[in-house]
Amino acid sequence: MKTLIDLFVAWFKMGLFTFGGGYAMLPMIQKEVIEKHHWATEEEIMDYYAIGQCTPGIIAVNTATFVGYYQKGFIGGVVATLGVVSPSFIIISLIATLISNFSELAVVQHALMGINVAVCMLMINSIKTLWKKNVKNIASFCIFALALALSILTDVSTVWLVILSGVLGVVLSKVGYLKHD
Amino acid sequence: MTDLLHIIIEFFKTGLFAVGGGLATIPFLTEMAEKYGWFTIEQLSTMIAVSESTPGPIGINMSTYVGFTIHGVLGAILATLSLVAPSIIVISIVANYFQKFKDNKLVKKVFAGIKPAVVAFIVAAVLSLFTKTLLHLDVEATSVLEYFNFKTILILIALLLLNKKFPKVHPILYIVIAAVCGVVFKL
Repeated sequence: MKTLIDLFVAWFKMGLFTFGGGYAMLPMIQKEVIEKHHWATEEEIMDYYAIGQCTPGIIAVNTATFVGYYQKGFIGGVVATLGVVSPSFIIISLIATLISNFSELAVVQHALMGINVAVCMLMINSIKTLWKKNVKNIASFCIFALALALSILTDVSTVWLVILSGVLGVVLSKVGYLKHD
Repeated sequence: MTDLLHIIIEFFKTGLFAVGGGLATIPFLTEMAEKYGWFTIEQLSTMIAVSESTPGPIGINMSTYVGFTIHGVLGAILATLSLVAPSIIVISIVANYFQKFKDNKLVKKVFAGIKPAVVAFIVAAVLSLFTKTLLHLDVEATSVLEYFNFKTILILIALLLLNKKFPKVHPILYIVIAAVCGVVFKL
């Protein structure tokens, strides 16, 4: 029971302080899921992200379900997901009822711009950590560069990029350029 | 009553077929607007703007907002639960298999290739946030300097230094500090 409550509270917090998409949640996940509760390692979160990218649904929900499932099975997944969606639910319902011009308010726009700066800072740190752990040699750098170029310059679906990099992983491991452990 | 049933079916479908994050739900919402006349395209763009400026994953914010517009609180609850239901089912099944196969040699090789790509996806996803926050791309500048937003760049440097000094501080605190800075300095 305690784990279920912890799951709900932790994911509620992450939902409440995430601005932007599922990836912007990464600094919060590193703090809450990895450092504080030890529910997953950095590597595992990357696996969940990769799988979440190719499976239906929103990445934040997919990640929450993954983490919850490994703690408390199906119920754990449901509770973590309910946690991460609850803040949205409360805040959006309030705004929809009370303030129709919310996103046009000057104070909201200023606060949001400030928050964007904080998210930039947090993402710089998160990416630095991920970079150190996952881009360690020439082969992994090439996969990184290729995936970055293709996702910025083309409309190719990330699903295909995940499949492509998975194939590259197998090929480069076979010829000894990529280590896995 | 039929509205509620349609909400459940449509959002379940969106959750099942929108692959790759919250923004992938927009085409489905546009289709709903056209098919049922629940809301106009103008209303949808307001909803997207609000969803981007409130906390929480954008996809969840949008489904809650759309559900609320169609049928109040009940509509919001049903829309969001229907949207996340396919994820919960699919991920629970995948998580179960992944646990069994993650120590398999081939699977390890596959994921060794995927991990650097995921770092790239994250960089690509935040790139537009960086340009939007730190540059003025919408102005007609007379010199290169005018393209830089010095206010936000200075605050970013200050936050980076603060974070270097206090690396254990919770990200929430930085978000709150930065929001206050945003209002005070009229960013």
